Amino acid sequence: MMNTLAKQDRWLLIGFTLALLAGPILLKPFGAGYPDLLQKFCIFGIFAVGYNILFGLTGYLSFGHAAFLGIGSYTAVWSFKLLTMNVLPAIILSVLMTGLFGLVIGFLCLRRSGIYFSILTLAFAQMAYNLAYSVLTPITNGETGLQLVKGDPHVLDRWFGVPLVEGIPSTNFFGISMVGYSGFYFCAVMLIISFYVAMRLTRSPFGLMLKAIKSNQNRLKYTGVNTRSYALIAFVISGCYAGLAGALLAVTDPLAGADRMHWSASGEVVLMTILGGVGTLLGPVIGAGVIKYLENIFSSFNEQILNGVFGFLPDAIQHPVVKFVGLFVGEGWELTLGVLFLVLIIFVPGGLMQGLQSVQRRIFPAQPNPAAESTRGAH
Amino acid sequence: MAALEVSGLKKSFGGLKALNDVNLTVQFGTVHAIIGPNGAGKSTLLNAFVGRLIPDAGSVVFDGISLVGKQPHEINQAGVVRVFQTPEIFGELSLLDNVLIPAFSHRDGEFRLNGWSRAAEQARVHEVAKHMLEDVGLYGKRDMIANSLSRGDKRRLELAMCLSQEPKLLLLDEPTAGMSRADTNSTIDLLQRLGDGKVTKIIIEHDMHVVFSLAEKISVMAQGAIIAEGAPEAIKTDPRVQEAYLGGAHL
Repeated sequence: MMNTLAKQDRWLLIGFTLALLAGPILLKPFGAGYPDLLQKFCIFGIFAVGYNILFGLTGYLSFGHAAFLGIGSYTAVWSFKLLTMNVLPAIILSVLMTGLFGLVIGFLCLRRSGIYFSILTLAFAQMAYNLAYSVLTPITNGETGLQLVKGDPHVLDRWFGVPLVEGIPSTNFFGISMVGYSGFYFCAVMLIISFYVAMRLTRSPFGLMLKAIKSNQNRLKYTGVNTRSYALIAFVISGCYAGLAGALLAVTDPLAGADRMHWSASGEVVLMTILGGVGTLLGPVIGAGVIKYLENIFSSFNEQILNGVFGFLPDAIQHPVVKFVGLFVGEGWELTLGVLFLVLIIFVPGGLMQGLQSVQRRIFPAQPNPAAESTRGAH
Repeated sequence: MAALEVSGLKKSFGGLKALNDVNLTVQFGTVHAIIGPNGAGKSTLLNAFVGRLIPDAGSVVFDGISLVGKQPHEINQAGVVRVFQTPEIFGELSLLDNVLIPAFSHRDGEFRLNGWSRAAEQARVHEVAKHMLEDVGLYGKRDMIANSLSRGDKRRLELAMCLSQEPKLLLLDEPTAGMSRADTNSTIDLLQRLGDGKVTKIIIEHDMHVVFSLAEKISVMAQGAIIAEGAPEAIKTDPRVQEAYLGGAHL
């Protein structure tokens, strides 16, 4: 299968795979070489790669993709509770379920384009959030969130004679526990597969049609293309990616709450994609990594640490400085994200990928870069 | 044999009768020009053909298929392809992609889920796209972004896009506007050798040089109706046409 890829794509995929698998070593100096965080990179990487298939290629800006993340998580947890602690059925069911939801929601939302489409997706996500939070409590366990309890049926596990454990069992992939590094490597393999699929889609005639929708939907209609069908399939595919990401969140930590569907989570994936580079393959993964990394770093700071950092200052200055910086860390880390976002959009509107490319061009000016990675339109 | 038959076509915008009972028959394989002053309803007529607007009354039948009420993409798949007055291209994509898109649409129909085969490997479609770009003299610029082209080149690109669909009926809305004289002549050449009498062409044009070089039949529109019709020679000398449109211009 590999030989069907163009040369630069093959190298991109190989490099991506190696970098990801070596993640625990590569990211150790940054204090990010532990499985909990690495898993998050992979999971939100999948989320962003899938989101980019819709937003990056067709230009349809969905503000409700976190709904699919939540639906994926709920489906996976129910699969754990009712069927088996094996993650494979949970993942398959989650992807199918989100695909189904994507088909219905996409069909309705894609009757409009532009800002109206965004508002419709936001409305659907908000409905999903409220349903999960209160109305559908029997299914979602409302505020508390859905979690595994003692006495869950685990029907398939019983049939196949999987030995029962005392207390709450942990998720596994045919016996391999999804805790720690095995959990990370499972997510990493899922991300690599997702990335490869996204790459194939982007480079296919189907992907070309999606790019044409973004560029000039009107022309495409008069070119004999049923643009709504293409956009709908793109919507469903990106929904499935979000479902997979949601399922993996449940795999690594088997609980699902309505917060996962909150609008701010939908906004976050938009930020990830734009931060990394809309329409590029690698950008969304990098964007997701950067945001999750910063979240991890900045949200862990507290006043005590800051006092330590600024301890060298005289007291009269130290207090106001700590107060001020304190606004940007801990609970307020999103303020930092906002500042970072402003700086990027103003100075590098194409995202980090564009920034990297211009740096590359400055270092190697002689080599013409055939935009191997970029599939982005003008901004 | 009639390729396109239009009868009793009407469309009003408020009090304005943009199309006032238009009847038109275009013979298969001919070049049929529609001329007339600005606001005569020429572009509106094309809009009604391609599904951009729905007429109030009347029928448009192409190749035995009624086009009224059909979606634009269905009309295109029936073989009716339009070149727009202002070039409609995929501005952010490369020239090659611009021509590949209609070529894929022609091969795959209105929708096909071929998300697994790489675009670059579709040899047959690539051959068509390459050939079309060569035909309009843009193959050397195939990797450029379409928006960076000059206006005349954009027109030629759009023409290449439309031709890659092997249209049965080609609708040309001022295909040479904004082109230099040399480009205009090469476009006339291209349109003349195109299709070998198998492609029916309807052309709206203000440039009489283009009209009289290409057209086998001319219909003259004024105030939403066709006021005269005939061979180029007859139209040139028709006094009604002189008065309504040409205003005594020398032909």
